[in-house]
Amino acid sequence: MSLAQEKTERHTLSVLVDNEPGVLARVIGLFSGRGYNIDSLTVSEVSQEGHLSRITIVTTGTPMVIEQIRNQLDRLVPVHRVRDLTVEAISLERELAMVKVRGTGEARSEALRLGEAFRARVIDATTESFVFEITGKSDKIDQFALLMQPLGLVEVSRTGTVAISRGPEAM
Amino acid sequence: MSKEMTGAEMVIQALKDQGVDHLFGYPGGAVLPIYDALFQQNHIEHILVRHEQAALHSAEGYARSSGKVGVVLVTSGPGATNAVTGLADALMDSIPLVCISGQVATHLIGNDAFQECDTVGITRPCTKHNYLVRDINDLARILHEAFYVAQNGRPGPVVVDIPKDVQFAKGTYVGRENIEHKTYKPKLVGDNDKIQQAVEMISAAKRPIFYTGGGVINSGPAASRALRELARLTGVPVTSTLMGLGAFPAANSQWLGMLGMHGTYEANMTMHDCDVMVCIGARFDDRITGRLDAFSPGSKKIHIDIDPSSINKNVKVDLPIIGDCTKVLEALITTWKSQDRHIDRDALDAWWAQIGRWRARNSLAYRQVADVIKPQQAIERLYAATKDRDVYISTEVGQHQMWAAQFFRFEEPNRWMTSGGLGTMGYGLPAAIGAQIAHPDALCIDIAGEASIQMNIQEMATAIQFNLPVKVFILNNRYMGMVRQWQELLHGGRYSHSYSEALPDFVKLSEAYGGVGIRCEKPGDLDAAIQEMINVKRPVIFDCIVDQQENCFPMIPSGRAHNEMILGDMAIDLDAAISDEGKMLV
Repeated sequence: MSLAQEKTERHTLSVLVDNEPGVLARVIGLFSGRGYNIDSLTVSEVSQEGHLSRITIVTTGTPMVIEQIRNQLDRLVPVHRVRDLTVEAISLERELAMVKVRGTGEARSEALRLGEAFRARVIDATTESFVFEITGKSDKIDQFALLMQPLGLVEVSRTGTVAISRGPEAM
Repeated sequence: MSKEMTGAEMVIQALKDQGVDHLFGYPGGAVLPIYDALFQQNHIEHILVRHEQAALHSAEGYARSSGKVGVVLVTSGPGATNAVTGLADALMDSIPLVCISGQVATHLIGNDAFQECDTVGITRPCTKHNYLVRDINDLARILHEAFYVAQNGRPGPVVVDIPKDVQFAKGTYVGRENIEHKTYKPKLVGDNDKIQQAVEMISAAKRPIFYTGGGVINSGPAASRALRELARLTGVPVTSTLMGLGAFPAANSQWLGMLGMHGTYEANMTMHDCDVMVCIGARFDDRITGRLDAFSPGSKKIHIDIDPSSINKNVKVDLPIIGDCTKVLEALITTWKSQDRHIDRDALDAWWAQIGRWRARNSLAYRQVADVIKPQQAIERLYAATKDRDVYISTEVGQHQMWAAQFFRFEEPNRWMTSGGLGTMGYGLPAAIGAQIAHPDALCIDIAGEASIQMNIQEMATAIQFNLPVKVFILNNRYMGMVRQWQELLHGGRYSHSYSEALPDFVKLSEAYGGVGIRCEKPGDLDAAIQEMINVKRPVIFDCIVDQQENCFPMIPSGRAHNEMILGDMAIDLDAAISDEGKMLV
């Protein structure tokens, strides 16, 4: 049994933390200090009166490493709860991206048509550019950006994944 | 109780309310208000160290030997950065500390002010938790929380960084009884079904072992009592990590000695061949496991730990039990008794017979000679001279540390202070000072090497100032011995920078500080010289000149398994014994 041969998996973790100075540094420092991967990380306050922030982390690792990450997060003092949404729940994942495309003529019309197909909204337009707003799973956004590449993709700004479990229960 | 007072007064009041009697520290600009408040009271005794790192190690020795939280006070900037090694040390070895640091005034933070550093940023990865107090009204709560976090769950160091203006500001003090931590609530009691499963696994075992660690010590004396009781009830052999020595008495016939890289042959072979391993408050460190994929390959493993992140970190276990060692061990005892469990007598007898054959290998044997003191012999004579006394042993880091662990025999917990996880040279003298503060009438000895001791030698002045009769017992081989040993085994005997050149005269050095110096060079003089050291009620440096070439055996070469130990009397090519892959490991 070699540990290195265990397959890596991609997991989405939801972490509820006290919204206090340094808490994000604590989480990020844990990942860099112990050599864990961060594929995506989002954080925002979710309860003003409770002073709570929710961090969503997408990470990859062997099952043993994922369990370590979960336990290491859970023992940080300002952490209220950690849920591995990939295994502990059926969850919804979404990401928002803004995609800037520059072009004229057929390329421009094609970009607009594809935008509609992907249910992207145009939130800024000039005679030679669009900014699309697109929401969906990360792979949908990957796909959209890929299609925009030959049509004059200028830049992409993405929020990273946010996630929540299905059904009536809180995390 | 709520009362109006300054931040500095709050610090003193909070320490009093937390039952703090001793504080290890060093003053500076950013903590002057707290030092002023200290001056005006006489509940808390302040021990002035000579370097902030030593304040931390002293507090560790104090905490480890007494079971209380060690408390430290340092100034901003260099005061805090000097504290970092001690904080990292306490984090690795799970020692409960509260370190209060001064900080520049809040309006100066981030301006590169004089003696400013980002203390919470620097200490974040080497503390269990830390706080920067920006508002006087948070101060009392944070201080009480710091004590709670330091000692609950897996213990560790906590830093409270207090800007100077907050120390001057007035606010309302709240007592510790009004503080409840909202998020940090470690699980202490093991799940009943897991306790039941563990009892079934142990009673069905044919070749069991208890592998215990520092968690048993941290859980308090009741955990050691419970461990002894469970071992007696079950008849299972017991080994321990470096950090756990003393939890199980060395005189007990079920004791196998320490395990791991420099552990005994019987302990490591028993680990390798067991069928049920019960890990109690230890963490499968690389010094313990050796080659991971060959670690105790045929065993079912039970792991009792208060910290869920210790479970399945290095070694996959079959039955994790999250909880405090005392509570879990007591639950195991209760269940074992109520169900009248037994391990199969014949199987256990056969197992002990096998262990007896391993023991007969006499893995700690060494050869004595007439005219040179062997380091092992020095420790054995020190043990013989002190075993009937109230004795506390600390060490520095290196060969002497391993020989102390092998040859000094501990019967009780909290008697052994050593830097296990971080391996900090310079730990031993301040730790002995901390232990002596906690136990003024005890015999506190730092077993040292001539290289390590120089890393915090200045603490001799602290010992003199506070009339602490600590003994520094140096095994002087004129080498950084463990470095030299590895260079001999792994680097073709090229002793790169490991020779202790330009050593001070330790006898004169001790005398210069106002202590007593004793030198011993001949085996025949050893007992009398040790007796002289014990009889002196003042700080002593004992310069014990030992064999320069002696290596610390047995040894599991890095990258090898427990059943591939090298013993001292094996005349083999050591270079060939260690693979290239093994050389990568430290």
